[in-house]
Amino acid sequence: MTVAPEAPGARQATGRPRATLPGLARTAVPGGERRRALTRLRATDLYAVVGAAASALSLTWLLFAWLLPFDGAVGFVVMAYGLFLLIYALLVSFDEDGPAVVDRIAAAVVRSMGVLLVVILAFVVVYALVEGRKALVHLNFFTQDMHLAGPLEPLSVGGALHAAAGTLIMIAIALLITVPAGLVCAVFLTEVPGGYARFVRTIVEAMTALPSIVAGLFIYATVILGLGLGQSGLAAGLALSVMMLPIIIRAADVVIRLVPGTLREASYAMGTSRWRTVWHVVLPTCRSGLTTAVILGTARGIGETSPVLLTSGYTNDLNLNPLHDPMVSLPLVTFEFVKSPEPNMISRGFGTAALLMTLVLLLFVAARIVGGRGPGQLSRRQEHRRVLASQRDARRFAGRPAASASTPPSIPSPNALTDNGSSS
Amino acid sequence: MTALAAGPGDDVPRRLYADPGLPDRIFRVVLRSGGTFVLGVMLLVGGFLLYRAWLALDKAGWSFLTTAQWAPDQGNFGIAAVLVGTVLIAIVAVLVAVPLATGAALYISEYAPAGLRRTLISTVDLMAAVPSVVYGLWGVFFLQDKVLPVARWISTYFGWIPVFDVRGADPADPLAPESLYTSSTFIAGLVVGMMIAPIVCSIMREVFSQAPAGEREGAYALGATRWGMIRSVVLPFGRGGMIGGTMLGLGRALGETIAIFMIISVTFDIQWHVLQSGTSSIASLIALHYGEASEFGMSALMAAGFALFLMTLIVNFAASSIVARSRSGATSDA
Repeated sequence: MTVAPEAPGARQATGRPRATLPGLARTAVPGGERRRALTRLRATDLYAVVGAAASALSLTWLLFAWLLPFDGAVGFVVMAYGLFLLIYALLVSFDEDGPAVVDRIAAAVVRSMGVLLVVILAFVVVYALVEGRKALVHLNFFTQDMHLAGPLEPLSVGGALHAAAGTLIMIAIALLITVPAGLVCAVFLTEVPGGYARFVRTIVEAMTALPSIVAGLFIYATVILGLGLGQSGLAAGLALSVMMLPIIIRAADVVIRLVPGTLREASYAMGTSRWRTVWHVVLPTCRSGLTTAVILGTARGIGETSPVLLTSGYTNDLNLNPLHDPMVSLPLVTFEFVKSPEPNMISRGFGTAALLMTLVLLLFVAARIVGGRGPGQLSRRQEHRRVLASQRDARRFAGRPAASASTPPSIPSPNALTDNGSSS
Repeated sequence: MTALAAGPGDDVPRRLYADPGLPDRIFRVVLRSGGTFVLGVMLLVGGFLLYRAWLALDKAGWSFLTTAQWAPDQGNFGIAAVLVGTVLIAIVAVLVAVPLATGAALYISEYAPAGLRRTLISTVDLMAAVPSVVYGLWGVFFLQDKVLPVARWISTYFGWIPVFDVRGADPADPLAPESLYTSSTFIAGLVVGMMIAPIVCSIMREVFSQAPAGEREGAYALGATRWGMIRSVVLPFGRGGMIGGTMLGLGRALGETIAIFMIISVTFDIQWHVLQSGTSSIASLIALHYGEASEFGMSALMAAGFALFLMTLIVNFAASSIVARSRSGATSDA
């Protein structure tokens, strides 16, 4: 069995018919069938990659250091990458045919793109966190505001308490508005279908791309110029709501649409009214998804600078009253801090950015823990609770016949359908 | 029952009527008013901006689109320069983001090992939620220094292409100031590109992963390599999603404020040279001028905001209709 029967040489040498029966040959191997390697990674592939990388690096070094008038790390990397692709293609073409070479090159490019994007993005986050460490090691950063700290003060004076408090107050105001309005609107889009709902959905979808500064400008024009409220935390919270509303509605709408229609039909088949179906079947089924939608909207809202920039004003003092006086948020303070040329202020700016990043990360982790599960899929604890509830029901039913034997059976149980059971 | 008794010939369709009951009617009214509230807010944004902008638009007329200056109190203002700046930054951003996002989306949906895939998806989704001010910080304090040699190289060797030309630069002078290349459209575009790449990537990945398994297996069965399968099945299937995702990213790039504002130094000329220092965008114009604007100046800013609003709205409408009409019909969450 040294030459595979498919190889062209084998065919021409023997004039036998091409169809063969491989069954006997396999069983004839002494000691049973040999285990085949299923891995897709072959040693020659590895050699090609390593060899191409090594030669590309050395060639680039040669060109950069001796032959060409270029410099700079970026140029080095770009050139090495280009050379790597060329040499890799050459090496592969020794063993493989055209389509396989294209396949290898495409795989190399796609892999490096994926790694590049993830590395850059991770680097953005880590950079903010690492640069923020100078400010974050001072405990006063978390407990003081900036009213004592001028631009030249060391990092041991002043902090970002006012910004953190402002962020929490603004996002609380925004959530108070967006959660009820957003969820009611999302339920409206799925549960009362029709032309009007389609129109609302179209408008909401278009508004997900609403530039955040336009949301700020709108609140500036209506609340601050129109109603004369003045720059305040409330105005900033309203601006954040305008921005977050379409995001939350969009995400919640997608989640509610995922609830299986059979669940709703089962509920209607029991004669339930529409609002009870929504309240007791649809919403509990997609509760985790709705929470995720809200958390993701919150994460987006917390990080927005431009609506806050226009509507909240700027202050160095801690202000807990959202109705009067300026109030700042973490992104806004970051933005204002790094505008200063003083290194200490820039360090503070990175510190607030790191704080903001941490907040967003926490929210995101919360969203992953709560969500990530389709509607109706339960966690272990939820499943346990369901089992307990159903055992309780079983006990209740078992206790019933003695009581219900005397009463006529046509009356439904007291906890179901008291409102419109008569229409059935 | 009466219809059956009357015989099969004269079977009249019954009028179907379900009485939903009072609580249900109240429920429906509540839902409808919730939807109307949201719709009202959304329409109010556009309507009120237009109402406030009318004063300035009425005075400026068509010159609003052709003037490159911003001096509303002298009656000489227009969005020509900021519009060009906004569009150029967005184009650079899309040119950076789309290849990167396509490659990453293909990697996540086709190449990544199954164990790594969920982590990668979460990472990319998280990056879409990173605040723009963090990207701005990264761009100003880290990326700018690293990119300047590249910008100088491009302008030295490709300066004969008008877009890459930098006025006042002398490639022969090794001590030439690098400030000619800072704060440019190119750097702002790079940062915004990084910012929109995760959004574009997650939409594309969503669409790619929905490519039908039967067609994939068919391609393999006909002897395709993995790249052959991707080119003949996954990419054609996901084309609508790719275009739609790109346009959603474009809409996001057009509306981006803070990261751009942190990087660029604002000029009010029409700046075609992407590598040259100084550019402008509508959003940073508003962020720069809202504080000291007079009533008329505010109206002019509202007009600029309204133009930005219309532009992103059109881009976004086009994007969602392309996504919805494509074969994949993927839902995109941006």
